Amino acid sequence: MEHMVDARGKACPLPVIETRNALRGHGAPVVTLVDNDIARQNVEKMARQLGLAAETQKEAGFWRITLTSEQEGGMDPDDTQLDDLMEQMPGCALPAQGPTVVVISSDAMGVGDDTLGRALMKGFVYALTQLDEAPATVLLYNGGAKLSVEGAETVEDLKTLEEGGAEILTCGTCLNHYGLTEKLAVGSVTNMYVIAETMAKAGKVIRP
Amino acid sequence: MGEPLKFCRGGGCTAKLGPAALSRVLAGLPRPTDPNLLIGAQSSDDAAVYQLTDDIAMVQTLDFFPPMLDDPYLFGQVAATNALSDIYAMGGEVKTALNIVCFPEEMDLNILGEILRGGSEKVVEAGGSLAGGHSIADQEVKYGLSVTGVVHPQRILANNTGRVGDRLILTKPLGVGLLCTAARLGQADAKAFAGAVKSMITLNKYAAEVAAKYRVHAATDVTGFGLLGHLHEMMRPDLTARIYAHALPVLDTAYDCANEFYLTAAGQRNRNFAASRAVLHGLSFAQEELLFDPQTSGGLLLAVDGEDAPALLTELRTLGLPCGEIGQLLPRLEAEILVEP
Repeated sequence: MEHMVDARGKACPLPVIETRNALRGHGAPVVTLVDNDIARQNVEKMARQLGLAAETQKEAGFWRITLTSEQEGGMDPDDTQLDDLMEQMPGCALPAQGPTVVVISSDAMGVGDDTLGRALMKGFVYALTQLDEAPATVLLYNGGAKLSVEGAETVEDLKTLEEGGAEILTCGTCLNHYGLTEKLAVGSVTNMYVIAETMAKAGKVIRP
Repeated sequence: MGEPLKFCRGGGCTAKLGPAALSRVLAGLPRPTDPNLLIGAQSSDDAAVYQLTDDIAMVQTLDFFPPMLDDPYLFGQVAATNALSDIYAMGGEVKTALNIVCFPEEMDLNILGEILRGGSEKVVEAGGSLAGGHSIADQEVKYGLSVTGVVHPQRILANNTGRVGDRLILTKPLGVGLLCTAARLGQADAKAFAGAVKSMITLNKYAAEVAAKYRVHAATDVTGFGLLGHLHEMMRPDLTARIYAHALPVLDTAYDCANEFYLTAAGQRNRNFAASRAVLHGLSFAQEELLFDPQTSGGLLLAVDGEDAPALLTELRTLGLPCGEIGQLLPRLEAEILVEP
């Protein structure tokens, strides 16, 4: 049974302290409800410090934060990617010492079923648009070049990233190889020098 | 004095509006054009400075907040010490002060008397005259001072005039916000908390008098925005501050309070504000929290010539509060502020 802490209407440090006390008394999982964003950040910060997973859902006028111990959850390999994304949230993680670069080298995410992989990749690109701090650059090469061309389901989300200030760069050699050179629908074409330089200068490289 | 003060949601400097929100609002105000206004709101400095003659500039500041202590006399001392501090952070001396009071109509007026007694004693200790004030009925107690001082126009200590090679010296320990938060929940160690109170009621006058004997190029006081928030106000595009977390002066049990998660909303707001400006390498959770901890009546942060730093620090230590050389100013590297363990 998960234990519930209703900290709505309460100011820091009470949401954090009541959650801490519930964890000490009952162990994880604990669900905490908070109604202000700073309290949410402080509870999530404590969870990280305690090595717990925090899953936050926005509800009408409040947040529901579920704290679980990571061992119990049985980590799905793909979850590590989500953790990487969480690290990008402002105020949560140490800021990286340079721009964040997303490198996509396939049109499918993960190894296994490629139909599933393509659906995951579509979800991943959408999830990038939802980050508080957008990546500086998205590099697309080999199969990844199929994501930025006419007809690809990921084009709209890549356009959203571009409007948010991200640079979308697709490998020209790869577009040529797949016969897609005329079909580029978002961002610009790049070469291997720029790809190598961008990755070398990155503070953090994210690879789905 | 039976009735203790009630803690409000966040007392002392934790009650400050967040720096990010504040910058947005202030950006919309018209800019003053009087050339005699040497330091105004634009430079995010500690106090306003207005030149009256070749030799005299007037320094003005104002600070007030809800109680962070349940003893009204001590609260009055802390609030006054905190308000007077901005004059010292500009290198000035205190001349006059006016009380700012919010007080509930139904509350025992003896409590107000104790607050004002504490405040007035600090104004006298600062060498100033309490010259009046203004009070309004309000639901919560709030107290502070509007302070006027003077400074020689050539000896103004601005925030952002530090030089490459300067050492950064902090004159009071960090951790006041964490200890006050633990105390609100009845969890503070009594002796450690007494240390926090002693720090909060120590005028920055004494540290400023020591600093005046040395080549100090810039100064600010560390209050609600925390060490990194106020350090940011000292930075320029051509400077990087390198901070050694192990050298930070901290109050007893402050790290324990962080590890027990006595976290303030203000501390998290400070973290959000500083996140894009500061790179923290390999610090413990508690060290990070201390960097962002909102300080009520915190110390002066001085940028002092590298050759003068050891002597200044030695003299500062005789004042009896934990203090330390916490870092240095370098030419701009990859980030504005770098913090190492």
